[in-house]
Amino acid sequence: MTVIAAPPQAPQTASPLVRETPRLTSGRLPKWAPWGLLGASALISAIVFGIHSLASGETFSVAGWAVVGAALYLALILLISSLVEGSRKGLDRLVTGLVTLAFAIAMVPLVSVAVTVVVNGMAGISAEFFTNSMRNVVGEGGGALHAIVGTLLITVAAAVISIPIGVFTAIYLVEYGEGKRLSRAITFLVDVMTGIPSIVAGLFAYALFALFFGPGIRMGIMGSVALAVLMVPVVVRSTEEMLRLVPNELREASYALGVPKWRTIAKVVLPTSVAGITTGVMLSISRVIGETAPLLLTAGVATSMNYNLFDGRMMTLPVFAYSQYMNQGIPASAYIDRAWAAALVLIVIVMLLNLIARLVAKIFSPKLGR
Amino acid sequence: MTTTTAPAPARIGGTRRQRPGDRWFSGTALAAGVMIVVTLAAVAIFLIVQSIPGLVADSRTASILSGSFWDYVWPLAFGTVWASMLALVLAVPLAVAVALFISHYAPRRLSQALGYVVDLLAAVPSVVYGLWGILVLAPAVQPVYAWLNTYVGWFPLFGGTVSSTGRTIFTAAIVLAVMIVPIITAICREIFLQTPVLHEEAALALGATRWEMIRMAVFPFGRSGIISASMLGLGRALGETMAVAMVLSVSGKVTFELFTSENPGTIPANIALTFPEAYGVNVNVLIATGLILFVVTFAVNAVARWIVSRRSEFSGAN
Repeated sequence: MTVIAAPPQAPQTASPLVRETPRLTSGRLPKWAPWGLLGASALISAIVFGIHSLASGETFSVAGWAVVGAALYLALILLISSLVEGSRKGLDRLVTGLVTLAFAIAMVPLVSVAVTVVVNGMAGISAEFFTNSMRNVVGEGGGALHAIVGTLLITVAAAVISIPIGVFTAIYLVEYGEGKRLSRAITFLVDVMTGIPSIVAGLFAYALFALFFGPGIRMGIMGSVALAVLMVPVVVRSTEEMLRLVPNELREASYALGVPKWRTIAKVVLPTSVAGITTGVMLSISRVIGETAPLLLTAGVATSMNYNLFDGRMMTLPVFAYSQYMNQGIPASAYIDRAWAAALVLIVIVMLLNLIARLVAKIFSPKLGR
Repeated sequence: MTTTTAPAPARIGGTRRQRPGDRWFSGTALAAGVMIVVTLAAVAIFLIVQSIPGLVADSRTASILSGSFWDYVWPLAFGTVWASMLALVLAVPLAVAVALFISHYAPRRLSQALGYVVDLLAAVPSVVYGLWGILVLAPAVQPVYAWLNTYVGWFPLFGGTVSSTGRTIFTAAIVLAVMIVPIITAICREIFLQTPVLHEEAALALGATRWEMIRMAVFPFGRSGIISASMLGLGRALGETMAVAMVLSVSGKVTFELFTSENPGTIPANIALTFPEAYGVNVNVLIATGLILFVVTFAVNAVARWIVSRRSEFSGAN
């Protein structure tokens, strides 16, 4: 693709006393060259670090091996390619290496987080973890049932608040507000709202409820309000995008049959885009279900079961993980195990929501002919 | 013919407005839209109302203040900006490179799957990043800090007494960078993919290598997108709470040194750590710091969105 194709033609048109016509592939490294260099630099680096670890008695440093190997490869490919193919191609190969390396670096934390959470989390997972609360538990034992119930209740309440608002706002933006000032203002504010720090949403919910119920108030529903503030903009954006994908021909066909606008929206536009909207809603739920800061300020910390959103403190999974880590008792390992187990449960829920959302988008999206 | 067709559209247009179902439906939609504007206004108003007692408080009225409110906020504001800037410096080059890898280097069939994988980074809850940062990352990077401090300690940023736990502002910045990379990557990827294919092919046809094509066609097209993506990442980093609250060991000292255990705190982390036990005017002081955070992130996000929207008007046609 990036072959410099000019040189082979040049000699033909130039003077006849040129040396033999170069082949198309001459002046280029063979296809296997980068891979060979990569393997060679990995090997050299391994040998260096192997000798070092044997000599000093330390364990083999995987991080050091990767860093030196990558640096060696970049230096070699730049040097060799510059000599064989010219400096421009050499730079190109260097950048290719750098960009691939960047992707590998970005994967390191993901893999590390996944492995740590699974390995450490399995230690704390037991039947007791899913069937007990932390009521009257000091030290070992106890579970996160109260936190799981709290997370479910608060998230469902947040979804009940934000899905109608979000979906109807998107309908307004797409179907009614075309080109109006208000709709442009809403679009802008929704965009800005996606960037509200989660802790500010928590402070807002606290300030709102403290005004009516007095200072120091903690309730599950406050957490739902805070989460809804974070969730609404995500729902609006994704729903809006999906509604805009509905072809105008469908709407016009419906109008032509004399169907009123609201029935067109309810019976034609929404069913067409329902898969995409579901995906957006699930992604927004997966975003807020892991929020810790606003829930810490609003729903608070509790050790007992609480099924009532409108009365008293309520535990949630992220806050459970946080408080288990921050307020360690004796033995500390019991608390850290519970924190990791809660993190594992949380991450599994989030990943499942993400996965199901993608599957819904893939399977149920309307086939639009083309 | 003409007499029968002319009135028809007028009649449809006339009756459509008057149906009760229509009026109800459009009214609900409008109300939902207005609700968002009202909510945002309410966020601002409630925060302002609740923070006024905090803004004028001093050490006599609020127990967490040792001097005036602004003496309390200054190290926190500094820490917030400093940690976010460090995170941005780490994240932007990485995110742009990852976006390039996905949009222009990876095999076509893989690129969408790779995009999902990067998005997964954004899906990990912040409390999990906090646990990971404190129990895995901090011990792992501490030897590097010690080495840099010993051998390159003359460089001001690396000086001071090195932390023995690794819970420094640089570790917090690394965690923040990991959290904002997927956001910046997602936007950059979208924008790189929008580069007109004709520009790219023209560059290649002139004999440019792939990197020269990217420098000549992709980057000039996506520059404002990269800037606004970075600003959105900055907004997220400024407001990120739990990871910083768990990782950073705070002393309230204003310093640029990266590897010491005496670090300035950040506004959101400070709220999360102090709020559960706060009472009286202390609550208002904390809400006032939250208001400052809200104003700053609002401004950063608004500018970023403005850049994006200004650009989108031009990108469609040409």
